[in-house]
Amino acid sequence: MAVFYLIIQQTMFFTIPLLVVALGGMFTERGGVTNIALDGTMIMGAFAGIFFISQTQDSMSGTTQLLLAIALAILTGIVFSLFLAFSAINMKADQIIGGTALNLFAPAFAIFAARTFQVNGVQQIEFNNTFRISKVPVLGDIPILGDMFFKSCYITTYLGILILIVATFVLYRTKFGLRLRSCGEHPQAADSVGINVYKMRYSGVMISGALGGLGGLIFVIPTSTNFNADVAGYGFLALAVMICGQWKPVRIFIVSIFFGSMKALAAAYSAVPFLANAPITSDFYKMVPFIATLIIMAFSSKNSRAPKAIAQPYDKGSR
Amino acid sequence: MNLIKNVTAKEGYNKALGSISAILIGLVVGFLVLLLANPANAFDGFITIIAGGFTGGGRGVGQVLYFATPLILTGLSVGVAFKTGMFNIGASGQFVMGAVAAVVVGVHVTLPAPIHWIVALLAAAIVGGIWGFIPGMLKAFFNVHEVIATIMMNYIGMYLCNFIVKETVYNSLKNISLDVQSSAVLPKAGLDKIFVTMHGTYADTSTLNSGILIAIGTAVLIYFIMEKTTLGYELKAVGFNKNASKYAGMNEKRNIILSMTIAGALAGLGGGLTFLSGHSGRHLQVVDVLAGEGFNGISVALLGLSNPIGIIFSAIFISYLTQGGTYLQTFNYMPEVIDIIIAVIIYFSAFALVLRQILPKLKKKLQERKAERVAASEIKESNGGEK
Repeated sequence: MAVFYLIIQQTMFFTIPLLVVALGGMFTERGGVTNIALDGTMIMGAFAGIFFISQTQDSMSGTTQLLLAIALAILTGIVFSLFLAFSAINMKADQIIGGTALNLFAPAFAIFAARTFQVNGVQQIEFNNTFRISKVPVLGDIPILGDMFFKSCYITTYLGILILIVATFVLYRTKFGLRLRSCGEHPQAADSVGINVYKMRYSGVMISGALGGLGGLIFVIPTSTNFNADVAGYGFLALAVMICGQWKPVRIFIVSIFFGSMKALAAAYSAVPFLANAPITSDFYKMVPFIATLIIMAFSSKNSRAPKAIAQPYDKGSR
Repeated sequence: MNLIKNVTAKEGYNKALGSISAILIGLVVGFLVLLLANPANAFDGFITIIAGGFTGGGRGVGQVLYFATPLILTGLSVGVAFKTGMFNIGASGQFVMGAVAAVVVGVHVTLPAPIHWIVALLAAAIVGGIWGFIPGMLKAFFNVHEVIATIMMNYIGMYLCNFIVKETVYNSLKNISLDVQSSAVLPKAGLDKIFVTMHGTYADTSTLNSGILIAIGTAVLIYFIMEKTTLGYELKAVGFNKNASKYAGMNEKRNIILSMTIAGALAGLGGGLTFLSGHSGRHLQVVDVLAGEGFNGISVALLGLSNPIGIIFSAIFISYLTQGGTYLQTFNYMPEVIDIIIAVIIYFSAFALVLRQILPKLKKKLQERKAERVAASEIKESNGGEK
């Protein structure tokens, strides 16, 4: 049973950041802008948050520090995403190229800054993980469920679920959500009824920046003890999750659980007796999530329900 | 004057202007980064970046060309896919798969000298081609976005490469691949005699070999295929307008797959050329890091405007900057500043593509306004004359 709980806990560590980042991708794409720079955004957010934690860990710890780091990661993500918004919306540049440039920039910047500003001059940023909650009061005592979801967990897990609920509500039940979706489907029509397409698209990109930055931080904290300017291709996996989830929040959640469990298997297989004894190397387990993505994409892309105006710059004058 | 007008009126000039202004902005940002990190050495550091590969003398120039070799091939890989309207982010995976194929053949197959490295290079191109063929198939038949598919292939390739190296050609002491047999090492072709720095009587030779010649030859071949053959015409037509080319009777699915396979083969060949370079050359490292050559290939293709000949020059340029970065450490700067500069250049060259379309229109508008003003003043003058 202990192994089972371990796998469930690990699955949550990998699922929640995927979910959060994929929801970010959903908001920007629903508004009509592709944000392929989500991977870079995660790196920037994780860098800002982890750097903050490692610099303040002598004087701070626990939830307060974590919440401040989260705020910083979100802010960094938003600022970083503004560069994509400017290039894609104002300059009408190719969104994939702009995003690729940002993806090249983020790890270079994170390594450069870590090596320049850390006293020891290395690119890894070490941090003390003081954020693990060994048991949530009351809820942790529930049999089975308590062991699965409310022991040795992080506050970020619940934050992720909260974001899922809010995102679903905002997208389908608010004026903002309706307007954003209309800008991704038919911006000319949206403009004709007085919606400011540029403003809505900026909002979409900035939401993706916020969630991307947050996702980077909450990916690194439970799964590592240092940050090495890398989020293991998670931003790209999140994009795949978003496409498999057909740009719909609840489906994205289901798909991210699937990918999360794949990743958890790759990380924790050595603790599972029959997998550890099987003659399969760790490299193969690391490949599994990516191979699974390809296979699932092959089956789910045929009837893709992508927003119609995706990746097309909006030009007021064009028809 | 007329000559200048003729040159500036050409489309190619506008295009080059975009790339050049992006490069200038990138360098300025680089200087600002140096200033922020350590103001005292910023100027010396910047000069080092500008001096680039020349800092190391003859050997330095040789190293620029040696590191430009893979970039030419990955740049071509991204460029060919671009021309067919696809974005190949997977050059990284194709590159390492080609590399590991070449190294395995180089270590385990025994053949006489020229045949051995030719076979190894062919293996590299074939395996790289397979790594491009798979996302091409997924795109053509299953509508999987090639960006996502090639990124997944990058990670699969990276882990598979680590696995193959560890199983077949592992130097466990250094955690790298074994040396290939001497018959599989690319010939120097006298290039080490040209690109050399003399320290007294000691000749510090560069690791440059005939790989650069093969790379340039491949670029010329791709130029010929894209510009002068039916195949190239079809590939480009699909890139311009998928539906129109389908209507014209071209098999758009076949062309998509073909373009991705060629792209993969080019990147794979780049991997082969890079790692068939003997004991002093580069070896495959067993690390969970994607090969940077693939991503720099994107920069190279964008700067070279996907033109095979342009790609030769932009690859040498990127390599020149990167080599400059390695000398930066003498001023206590991190070489990553070069990657920041390259990212900024790409960011602004994405604008440049747009500016290029706007600039001629703007110019025309200005000229029209000028003409109007002249006409208006002439009318005024003539009115004045009457009074």
